[in-house]
Amino acid sequence: MKKSVFMGTLAAAGLVATGAMAQDAGSSTLAAVKDHGALKCGVNPGTPGFAAPDASGVWKGFDVDLCRAVAAAIFGDPEKVEYTPLTSAVRFTALSSGEVDMLARNTTWTFSRDVDLKAEFTGVNYYDGQGFMIPKDLGVSSAKELEGATVCIETGTTTELNLADYFRTNGMDYEPVPVESFTEAQNQFLAGACDVYTTDASALAASRASFENPSDYVVLPEIISKEPLGPLVRHGDSEWGDVVRWTLNAMVSAEELGVTSENATEMAAGTDNPEINRLLGVEGELGAMLGLPNEWAFNVITMVGNYGETFEANIGESTPVGLARGLNALWTEGGLIYSPPFR
Amino acid sequence: MTTMIDPPKADGFRISQLLYDTRYRAITIQVIAVIAFAMIAVFLLVNVNRNLASLGKEIDFGFLSNPSNYDIQQVLVDYSSQSSNLRAAYVGLLNTLFVAFLGCILATLIGVTAGVLRLSKNWLVAKIMTVYVETFRNIPVVIWIIATMAVLSEALPQPRAFRGENPDASMWLWDSVAVTGRGTYIPRPEWGAGSIFVVITFLLSLVAIWAFGRWSKRRFEATGQILPNVWIKLAIFAVPTLLVFFILGRPIALVSPALKGFNFQGGIQLSNSFLALWLALSVYTGSFIAEIVRSGILAISKGQSEAAFALGMRPSRTMNLVILPQALRVIIPPLISQFLNLTKNSSLALAVGYQDLRATLGGTTMNNTGRELECMLLMMMIYLVVSLLISSGMNVYNKSMKLKER
Ligand SMILES: N[C@@H](CCC(=O)N[C@@H](CS)C(=O)NCC(=O)O)C(=O)O
Repeated sequence: MKKSVFMGTLAAAGLVATGAMAQDAGSSTLAAVKDHGALKCGVNPGTPGFAAPDASGVWKGFDVDLCRAVAAAIFGDPEKVEYTPLTSAVRFTALSSGEVDMLARNTTWTFSRDVDLKAEFTGVNYYDGQGFMIPKDLGVSSAKELEGATVCIETGTTTELNLADYFRTNGMDYEPVPVESFTEAQNQFLAGACDVYTTDASALAASRASFENPSDYVVLPEIISKEPLGPLVRHGDSEWGDVVRWTLNAMVSAEELGVTSENATEMAAGTDNPEINRLLGVEGELGAMLGLPNEWAFNVITMVGNYGETFEANIGESTPVGLARGLNALWTEGGLIYSPPFR
Repeated sequence: MTTMIDPPKADGFRISQLLYDTRYRAITIQVIAVIAFAMIAVFLLVNVNRNLASLGKEIDFGFLSNPSNYDIQQVLVDYSSQSSNLRAAYVGLLNTLFVAFLGCILATLIGVTAGVLRLSKNWLVAKIMTVYVETFRNIPVVIWIIATMAVLSEALPQPRAFRGENPDASMWLWDSVAVTGRGTYIPRPEWGAGSIFVVITFLLSLVAIWAFGRWSKRRFEATGQILPNVWIKLAIFAVPTLLVFFILGRPIALVSPALKGFNFQGGIQLSNSFLALWLALSVYTGSFIAEIVRSGILAISKGQSEAAFALGMRPSRTMNLVILPQALRVIIPPLISQFLNLTKNSSLALAVGYQDLRATLGGTTMNNTGRELECMLLMMMIYLVVSLLISSGMNVYNKSMKLKER
């Protein structure tokens, strides 16, 4: 008697479990995003210029613009984004557990993250490298003079790994002060709890710009690593990966082709350049192939801007962050920014 | 209620009896509970496996033997960024145990003092202790940890303030201790030739103190005479060791920290993250221990102390010989759980960047390898084992303190 009750419940348990299984199979992120009505985007908790809420609590920044562009491509509305601020240490868990649909959070594309962590990088929106910042009055002019220094590093970053390698290969000692967030790192650094703050050079510039007396601090000339920063999605949903990848490519192509948020409407009436026509959805069915409205790229460009426009508006030389295009200029102008063709 | 007295029916078993017959009902409920539990467990396991498979991540502990690639601030054993992730976890575990061990000692000292003083007849002392207990145990410990860290790193001078002709800050205790915003640097012993003999002599004196204690107690029981125990013990503690130390020509030297380059070098560094965690955990847990001690003492009936006074015992002796030995029986069991709490709370190290087990295995390693499930399982297992070891150790002590019925 008891046995049959037991068997019955086991069977029920099996049913419940398989039921749950059936429900999940074949879920596509794009469909889920459309269903949800908004894009869940993981961003940096607050690096000025890249991602930070402004005085009225609206997220602004270069990485934020990527989230907005993807939302514009899907919904035709760049405001349909739910931002999740993520520290370096939790970002991959948040992505793989499905808490966010994509990360646009100065994350370095590395082999192990791509292959072993099961993330899929969908391009590079900023070519960066790791640098060092130090108070001017310490009189240090090269990273090679940092023997014995105390260094603030954020845990869970490539920064932490590069730093260990750099000091070991140069036969120098240092004392790591692990911190959990950008703000904490800045506070410790300003309080003098560490001599050196090291992270991606772009973030160093952003951080220095936010100091009261930026000129009291210098960024050392050495760049000790390659940090290609870009958006990423979960491994295993290539359709969704394509949406994010080609949204970024559309922004780059727009700059290459001279399409801006200002002239896009005019060009959408039709031009004699077939690639512009395909990009703006005047010709062909590129949007439909992605599962998006045909004017997806037009929306991205008019609502968010092309790559160069968002760069200049958020981190360019006219902003407090003041970064030159450098490596991030178009390939035609000596940089590395390049989009595969739209055809 | 009639079922209670109904004799079992002769005509066999009916399903409804499972529910209405008290002879079966208890079993039915237990079976249902077990089945429900098994269902949940199966569901979770199936779910985890399916999700891991769809992410393409099978459970695999191979990452433990790969190089960790990161450095750790406080290492008690040999470690470099080339060591394995397992080694990093071990370093983290030692850091956890280090702060937990020192924390338990300091918390007990603080707690016992505060608990006894809270019963003091001196109004001011008693009130101060009440304020201490109430403020500390009513504010979450993580806030104390962060606040302590903030005070240490913002309020104390940085190493560079010690530099120059007229430095803004100076070292303490005849230039042997540097208290800075990065940590406190204390002198480090340097073991010269022959120092082993000093250490051996010291250990032997400890044994001698113990032996003397037993001997003097037996003598007291036999003759009723009290020796100046404290002084004799102090003498055994210090004299032979000092003698050997000087005869061998002072083989152990103390090296004071000195400012060199960016930091103080040469001494032992107690980083601020360690100090903040240690102090905050101890003071916080101490407030709970104070309450345990106070209630333990109050649990001893007043008759006991009155009887002791009637025999002409001084208050301090009454406390040491009559009240505390009995109170300990009440105090130890809840004290064990405070030690366990402190050990587990040490995982809040994260808040100040002290690299304990949670920050190495469950932090950087987990992050770099993406092995969340494996790291979490390992970490839970390790904390469980540590906790079980602490409580079984304390239980042995508890047994030895129990009322022995003869
Ligand atoms: N690119 C590196 C570092 C990225 C990173 O996390 N940078 C820090 C320093 S700027 C950051 O953004 N922190 C923000 C926060 O955690 O508050 C990586 O991908 O590991």
